Amino acid sequence: MNAPVPVSLLVNGEPIDAFVLPRLNLADFLRENLKLTGTHVGCEHGVCGACTVRLDGEIVRSCLMLTVQAQGASVETIEGLSDSGEIADLQAAFRERNALQCGYCTPGMLITAQDLLKHVSVPDRRAIREHLSGNYCRCTGYQAIVDAVEATAKMRAERGV
Amino acid sequence: MTVTRAPADTLSVLDRPNSYIGKTVPRPNLDRLLQGRGQYVSDLELPRMAHVVFLRSPHAHAKIAAIDADAATRMPGVISIVTGRELEAVITPWVGVLSHLKGLKSAPQHAIAVDRVCWQGEAVAAIVATSRAAAEDAMEHISVDYEELEAVTDMRAALDPAASVIHAALGDNLAFERTLDAGDVDLALSGSELVEADFVFGRHTGVTLEPRAVVADWNPAEARLTIYQGTQAPHMVQNIAALHLGLREAQVRVVCKDVGGSFGIKVHIYADEMATYALSKLLRRPVKFVADRVESFNTDIHARDHRCRGRIGVRPDGTITAFEIDDLTGIGPYSMYPRTSAIEANQVVNLVGGPYATANYRARARVVFQNKNVMCQYRAVGHPIACSVTEGLVDLAAAKIGMDPVEIRRRNLIADDAYPCASPSGMKFERLSHHASLTKLLQMMDYDALRAEQAALRARNVHRGIGIASFIEVTNPSAAFYGVGGAKISSQDGVAVRLDAQGSVICQTSITEQGQGSESLTAQIVGSVLGVSMERVRVTLGDTDNTPYGGGTWASRGAGIGGEAALQAAKALRENILNVAAAILQSTPAELDIVDNGVVNAADGAPRIDLNELARIVYFRPDTLPPGIQPELMATRHFVPRQYPFAFTNGVQASWLEVDTETGFVQLLKHWVVEDCGTIINPQLVDEQIRGGVVQGLGAALFEKCIYDERGQLTNANMADYLVPMSGEMPDIEIGHVVSPTQESELGAKGAGEAGTAGAAAAVANAVNDALRPFGATITEIPLTPQVILTALGRI
Repeated sequence: MNAPVPVSLLVNGEPIDAFVLPRLNLADFLRENLKLTGTHVGCEHGVCGACTVRLDGEIVRSCLMLTVQAQGASVETIEGLSDSGEIADLQAAFRERNALQCGYCTPGMLITAQDLLKHVSVPDRRAIREHLSGNYCRCTGYQAIVDAVEATAKMRAERGV
Repeated sequence: MTVTRAPADTLSVLDRPNSYIGKTVPRPNLDRLLQGRGQYVSDLELPRMAHVVFLRSPHAHAKIAAIDADAATRMPGVISIVTGRELEAVITPWVGVLSHLKGLKSAPQHAIAVDRVCWQGEAVAAIVATSRAAAEDAMEHISVDYEELEAVTDMRAALDPAASVIHAALGDNLAFERTLDAGDVDLALSGSELVEADFVFGRHTGVTLEPRAVVADWNPAEARLTIYQGTQAPHMVQNIAALHLGLREAQVRVVCKDVGGSFGIKVHIYADEMATYALSKLLRRPVKFVADRVESFNTDIHARDHRCRGRIGVRPDGTITAFEIDDLTGIGPYSMYPRTSAIEANQVVNLVGGPYATANYRARARVVFQNKNVMCQYRAVGHPIACSVTEGLVDLAAAKIGMDPVEIRRRNLIADDAYPCASPSGMKFERLSHHASLTKLLQMMDYDALRAEQAALRARNVHRGIGIASFIEVTNPSAAFYGVGGAKISSQDGVAVRLDAQGSVICQTSITEQGQGSESLTAQIVGSVLGVSMERVRVTLGDTDNTPYGGGTWASRGAGIGGEAALQAAKALRENILNVAAAILQSTPAELDIVDNGVVNAADGAPRIDLNELARIVYFRPDTLPPGIQPELMATRHFVPRQYPFAFTNGVQASWLEVDTETGFVQLLKHWVVEDCGTIINPQLVDEQIRGGVVQGLGAALFEKCIYDERGQLTNANMADYLVPMSGEMPDIEIGHVVSPTQESELGAKGAGEAGTAGAAAAVANAVNDALRPFGATITEIPLTPQVILTALGRI
């Protein structure tokens, strides 16, 4: 079980074939093998949310998942979501509201916020705080992030998105 | 926003048309972070880069009898396994003392332990391999023969003459003691009601989301070491690394791009970082060290850890007659280098009673060695301790004489027209605004309505509390902080500004960026003073090869010191530009101005020459300039405050919360802050600094504690067991401002980074006690966990 095994997956729409050690977690695979360093590693045990990515449409902690478990899956990282424009309005709201300081939690925060907005069109502040409560931010005090997510939700509702 | 004093007439550069000063504008370069395209040190890879992991002691105190690394050396990918003894040949040990903290002592500390370990987590060997995983695999095959020694963990027991002495050569476990006796405390207390309490502050830590990270790259061909490090003080790292590796400063370059959180955690130089620099030199290749989360908990500096006995005297009319404290703080086995671990206790002595007018103050602070991780400066050094003790005592005094907590503060806070003045501990206050701040806070929170709501809910067995905490904050530190004590930590900062060949502006500043907005405030100031739009201003920082020499970012100095340097550099460049413009236009500098990226007539604003065109002439057609003109489209200025050793700021916080007396859980409902940081450069950034600071203070108040057992084992060294504030538990935080610019600089800015953390825990503790008043319970311990609250209520 210690030898590299083949794995095939889609990352940000791009087919990837690689040989990986079975123990390699998805966060390290994205960062070290694919150089997608926007996926950050904060705690390495699934608490902080910095490594959040989307796997077949659902958000997961990439530090808690082995790369081989992503066999055949579609993984989307912050780089992919940025380039596709899917979260451009959310990113703009974060920029306007200064909803980040050091920016280390931000990729995970954005992906988690987008997940909420996909499922609930206009969540209230309580719901936003609860949905983001698995993503640690030491800098902002969270209020600016909640404001930015709330503003994005309202703008999308007005646009009928 | 309330402005207590209009800026002086000379502040005209701040009032220029299209000034960015005082305006909320988005930080430049945020898109990089928003798209996951930041450049953190943990992201960095270099050709031939090796990875180091450290084998760390499982014991709090032990002799290292033998290390057997033979099997590990043969593991795949292993490049080298290095012990403390072997690394000694490359790097010298250090002692963390400062001469102005008289009597402060510490023992020589090595990059990797030699012969003996003094806390659980101290490194005993470095494993360098082609990948971190390979290094970790090999680490498991190293066997270390330890002889366990008695661990001194309790800071009171450490001072017992019978206690084992951690560093025998030092004689005892007392690292530092300071006493102060101002006024006549005994006389003041003899005629007063007395209140006493023991305040207990748990150890907590910074938990930066990106752990400490270093890539050290010794290039033997150039005889130069490049250190990529997430640090707040690049020039300090340069100086220290050079000193202990036997290099000249010019042989060391420190580069710091994006930093995933710092808060004082990354203003120090850690033994494992020193070891990484040394390993790169030893092995002649780049070496990367990134702490994992368990290592972060065990080796990032811890903070606070105080037991403070406090006394206050009060008369029936509410007059506070005296404060007295006896503070004990545990710092681990070494005073941290180079800032030392005595600064916090020193600050506590300086700051207790600070907002209040009483002249009678007696203090003793003792700093004690223990076999626990090192304790040192973290955001708002000493402030939360001083504020919690002071404000806890003031509330207890109010309760004793049956006075409202607001009223007792009104009667004792230093009057807003009493400045300049000094505190009993000798701190010089240029101008503070306690009363204006308190008045504004009460308006914002609608104090009377909250009191009425509290009373109505109490009748329904719902227990809510209001806590108020006034505070003072040390910012803009001069050389009095470290320089006078012999530490090579610069208190001045420099900014170089130049006009490029297309009329854009490049700034190089010695302050650093960790997300607080240093780039933004620099660009805002330079753009405003020069009359150039912010989009045309690019800021470079965090690189000792490419910035002026300076202190970096700590103790809330970026805006006040680095901002003033930027202002002065921009003024100088502006003068240079107008001089050359006058020569080109056959005019005089006084008749010209720069607005919207172009030189205009000062009188009527008519455009004369675009900066782009001016730069083109200067750089590419200097032959067309009049004889004798040598344009200097670059200017550098440095700044440090000289008149006041620190710019004190002030503020007041209030917490509104509910205590569930059945479960002991606290629900934060709302938090208010009024703060006076002088000139505000970017209101949004200031407010977010304060909010972030408040939440760090709330973490200390309710959740965060490094829990050690009696053998010095840290029992909750992970983010699942060590609780940090998450969005679900945090309240909305409302911020207001009073503005008293410092007259020491033209900009008038003071710091705002510590303010939130300084007062949050005190406000929460006072609010919890306010909520529990019907039960006759008083708690003077943080974190206020359900266990602490239920114990105070007699339920467990």
